[in-house]
Amino acid sequence: MTTPLAEVASSTSTLRAFLHGLPGVDRVGADARAATLGTRSIKTTAKKQAIDLAIRMVDLTTLEGADTPGKVRAMCAKAVHPDPVDASVPSVAAVCVYPDLVPTAVAALNGTGVKVASVATAFPSGRSSLDVKVKDTELAVAAGASEIDMVIDRGAFLAGDYLKVYEEIAAVRAACGPGGAHLKVILETGELATYDNVRRASWLAMIAGADFIKTSTGKVAPAATLPVTLVMLEAVRDFLRTTGRKVGVKPAGGIRTTKDAIKYLVLVNETAGPDWLDPDWFRLGASSLLNDLLMQRQKMTTGRYAGPDYFTLD
Amino acid sequence: MSERLAVRKTYKLFIGGAFPRSESGRSYVVTSSKGDFLANVSKASRKDARDAVTAARKAFPGWSGATAYNRGQILYRVAEMLEGRRAQFAAEVADADGVGAKKAGELVDAAVDRLVWYAGWSDKIGAVLGASNPVAGPYFNLSSPEPTGVVAVVAPPSAPLLGLVSVIAPVVVTGNTCVVIASERAPLPSITLAEVLATSDLPGGVVNILTGSAAEIAPWLAGHMDVNAVDLTGAAPDLAVTCEELAAENLKRVLRPAAKPVDWLADPGVERMAAFLETKTVWHPIGT
Repeated sequence: MTTPLAEVASSTSTLRAFLHGLPGVDRVGADARAATLGTRSIKTTAKKQAIDLAIRMVDLTTLEGADTPGKVRAMCAKAVHPDPVDASVPSVAAVCVYPDLVPTAVAALNGTGVKVASVATAFPSGRSSLDVKVKDTELAVAAGASEIDMVIDRGAFLAGDYLKVYEEIAAVRAACGPGGAHLKVILETGELATYDNVRRASWLAMIAGADFIKTSTGKVAPAATLPVTLVMLEAVRDFLRTTGRKVGVKPAGGIRTTKDAIKYLVLVNETAGPDWLDPDWFRLGASSLLNDLLMQRQKMTTGRYAGPDYFTLD
Repeated sequence: MSERLAVRKTYKLFIGGAFPRSESGRSYVVTSSKGDFLANVSKASRKDARDAVTAARKAFPGWSGATAYNRGQILYRVAEMLEGRRAQFAAEVADADGVGAKKAGELVDAAVDRLVWYAGWSDKIGAVLGASNPVAGPYFNLSSPEPTGVVAVVAPPSAPLLGLVSVIAPVVVTGNTCVVIASERAPLPSITLAEVLATSDLPGGVVNILTGSAAEIAPWLAGHMDVNAVDLTGAAPDLAVTCEELAAENLKRVLRPAAKPVDWLADPGVERMAAFLETKTVWHPIGT
């Protein structure tokens, strides 16, 4: 990598010096800023646009032990036509599944433009050897996944072993293939304890080659929150200024309502800027959110409040 | 020594077991039958109505899944709590209806008795409206009534307590949950009733009470796709027509306003309960 940051990863001490040299995050300030932006009122035509944009940004996700090929196929059908009776509803950005279900999803989505993302690297805990993580990634890529959602080793990160985390991300990046699958790095911010750690983990992931940084696995509470996403959006904005490379952000987990989704869009616009208001640079990892977006969309089309009886059970 | 400041009650909405102000921040003035100022009351908006429907929907599985016996007990408990506040209700009814203290007390008693009466029906309605049907084949064929779901109720503008209790009790005793638009002219007893409901083991969200304009809120509830039935008892004729048309979109059950003024003191019969029940019929092979 020929960025000004190429040399920071040359040793544990340089990496540590760099990450700990990042300015600290004012927790109260970040919370207050996120809360203020969350009060913006988005109505009528702006709301309609926001809903359609949010639908296009959704990574429709199912990550249950009980997932079956049939469930994944049903979800893929929904990803392409979220509302079967309204062709004006756009497709979602991607579906996100476990590696063994990637072939099912790829077959179901072939030619539709909806991408297939797979979690990998011993998701959700990330507690395995590097070999297993790389193999896990290769399995998903070979099966046709075009996006890989990897988890970082939080234990190593919290113990201060930043170089290990860096090398794992770089190895998985390599396993994705040159110019191959997009790499999303899950920081699992719910386990990182402080916003300072979120900022450090964001930079660490970006230096190691992440295409996206993602908040959470969805398996740990709290999952995505507005202030954490704010910190990550600031990181990608500053990273672009420093290195000239643009990285995307994906909050995931706990985003269930249209109101929440629109708050995130406002946050993106006000923090990273409108350049990030695109499915290529911002995603919403969610499952139940999509139905609420469709209900709100239908409310705006028909003028009557929609009910969940008229949408699929996921 | 200075005179003690009056501590006046803030009349708020009742949604999901909590007492929020209207999301819109609006309120309106309620006066007695003689025109004296009584209170400023929250004026619910359509978003409050939507929130109330969400709360009612959330409460539905638990309430409809409770045993009939349990629902009856809780309704009886509501009657007990109401009896304990008899004096307060009598004063509010007297202010609202311009009736004397004695008559007001009788109306409160009637409301308590009405609750007890409906409470008794909880585990008997199935025997009256259900049936074992004779069929040509080796089957037991059984019909049993089940609650419709979320019911939107426009409470009668007159009889602010007795009328209100008489429309809420038959809806919830069978396992429905409801969103009630209280009498616009005399809403104070409805909020005091909400305080009774909140302290009677009734799960939050089973009864939600909105104060404000029925003409403004009712059409939104009638058109709401997550409402299963509307009780238009208190709706003016033109509002009732509008609501019935809106209710057609998802085939809601509709209880039309009565053609003649209702005598709320009369024996109500089972019609109001029957209006918000669906019949489930089960075929079961007669085994050997």
